[in-house]
Amino acid sequence: MATEITAPAYRVIPIIPALKPGAMEGLKPFVANEKMQEALGFPGKLVDDWHDRTIAKMGEMLGKYRSFKVFMDACVHCGACSDKCHYFIGTGDPKNMPVARQDLIRSVYRRYFTLPGKFFPKLVGARDLTREVLDEWYSYFHQCSECRRCSVFCPYGIDTAEVTMAARDILDSVGYGMKYSNEIIGKVHKIGNNLGLPGPALTDTLEGLEEDVKEDTGIDIRFPLDVKGAEVLLITPSADFFAEPHIDSLVGYAKVFHAAGISWTLSSMASEAGNFGIFIGNYEQLRKIALRIREVALELGVKRIVVGECGHAWRVAYSFWNTLTGVGAGANDPFAIELQSQLDHRYKQPMHICELTWDLIERKVITLDPEANDKHIITFHDSCNVARGSGMGDYPGGQFEIPRNIIKAAANKFYDMSDATTLEKTFCCGGGGGLLTDDLMELRVKGALPRMEALHEVVETHGVNFLACICAICKTQFTKVLPYYGYNRNMVGGVHQLVSNAIRLGDK
Amino acid sequence: MALDVGGKSIEIDEEGYLVNRDDWTDDVAAAIAKAEGIDMSENHWEVVAFLREYYDEYQIAPAVRVLTKAIGKKLGPDKGNSKYLYELFPYGPAKQACKIAGLPKPTGCV
Repeated sequence: MATEITAPAYRVIPIIPALKPGAMEGLKPFVANEKMQEALGFPGKLVDDWHDRTIAKMGEMLGKYRSFKVFMDACVHCGACSDKCHYFIGTGDPKNMPVARQDLIRSVYRRYFTLPGKFFPKLVGARDLTREVLDEWYSYFHQCSECRRCSVFCPYGIDTAEVTMAARDILDSVGYGMKYSNEIIGKVHKIGNNLGLPGPALTDTLEGLEEDVKEDTGIDIRFPLDVKGAEVLLITPSADFFAEPHIDSLVGYAKVFHAAGISWTLSSMASEAGNFGIFIGNYEQLRKIALRIREVALELGVKRIVVGECGHAWRVAYSFWNTLTGVGAGANDPFAIELQSQLDHRYKQPMHICELTWDLIERKVITLDPEANDKHIITFHDSCNVARGSGMGDYPGGQFEIPRNIIKAAANKFYDMSDATTLEKTFCCGGGGGLLTDDLMELRVKGALPRMEALHEVVETHGVNFLACICAICKTQFTKVLPYYGYNRNMVGGVHQLVSNAIRLGDK
Repeated sequence: MALDVGGKSIEIDEEGYLVNRDDWTDDVAAAIAKAEGIDMSENHWEVVAFLREYYDEYQIAPAVRVLTKAIGKKLGPDKGNSKYLYELFPYGPAKQACKIAGLPKPTGCV
């Protein structure tokens, strides 16, 4: 099956790849079935009058989101973005140039919403919405991970991810949704997390972890669940309860809370930081998923809300939770106001686990022994949503510095990858934005190329053997694709996994 | 979609997972494994049996760590690691072993 996929060769000179028109044409992740669609309030399957409803929905969004309208109008096809996309670099398909991908929808916008396009479509590159066009949207807007690297280079600041989100939102509204994301959102509403992990299984997993950590350290470190009156509510991706190496970071968080003496709890109802509502560009879903966290925070009476290692969750928390839920200032419905008065505003709300840990290190509340990680020669992968969609530490670039500061405090050997591929220019892991699904494995392997090239370079020059991440998607994606590039999946780990190895426990 | 097992048609989804968990038998498991390019050994069956047992209790496949621990206890500490499980199920113990065990696919960022 997937083993037949081969990784593209590293580029000798990393410039624009030779074009391979149609290379990824027709690539189509599985379509959500009727049950999955209807559970989210979308039509079960492609509606008969999809043409008119697509145009109507587009019109509605153009009216509602000023940004969308500007992004449709502002592009001058300068081409600055064209070679900045990892999927274009990896596949060579010209429709994966961000400008070309956006033009799949922009051409339809021109046809139906601009005067020249209505009268002289051919002259302005406007085209009719046909079934082929709709299928093309489905295909290529699922070959964008909404990582926004191209936006960094756009002289007009067009948020290309928002265009992808709009396209996906339109597709959902006519009954043409994607299985991976929509099935997962259904599970969040039904079970409480993306994984579908029910409460009793979560309890069992956490008890098992307590045993393991006791065995390793001789110390009773708790993984509390649904504890009323805890100070901190930790919201972390459900992959942290399930997958390798994710779970090692969960152990790291627990050790930090233990060593600092902070009472904390996880929640069985909001056992998921991830919010795939952003991936499908649907505001209602985004809000509905986020509201679970407010409900739990109010119920448990916590004073602080902290988010674990999850890229897009931090973007949602940092940029949207305030107005969506009242975690942070901005929302003004009664529950948001209640939560506002409940939370302790001496602390950032919400706070990233890296901010919490770094603050404790700086204040010497916790102590790390970096020698404990001496076998690791580490590099750090900036996650797209953290790098370009959020911040940390309330100063510009904090989201880049703080995770690196933690790594350097927890280990002696750290080397950054090429600066063309880090900080705000970081490359997506290749599996973000709702594309982390087996049926897109070929795209994921190819899209990882630029990150793998940069990794390869630090492996060759510094002997790097540990790729540190702060995102569940990145961790899973790299674990999966590294072997295609000849590397061992065990190279992948979390920042708090390093903290877990190095933190001093119980002897202070 | 369907999988032919001894002349009987078994419904599977587009990714090869069983649609109805009740359809699972040893023969069905062997047929799914064959489609995955896996020749089922006694060690494979051990893992599959544990997954099914865990699922019956918790309605979800066990975390990889829970699985490795359990296999380590049963088959010896040299086998209680994810490397061993990847040898058995090269596409990953979570997804591929679940598929053969007739369990739903673990979803999310895993």
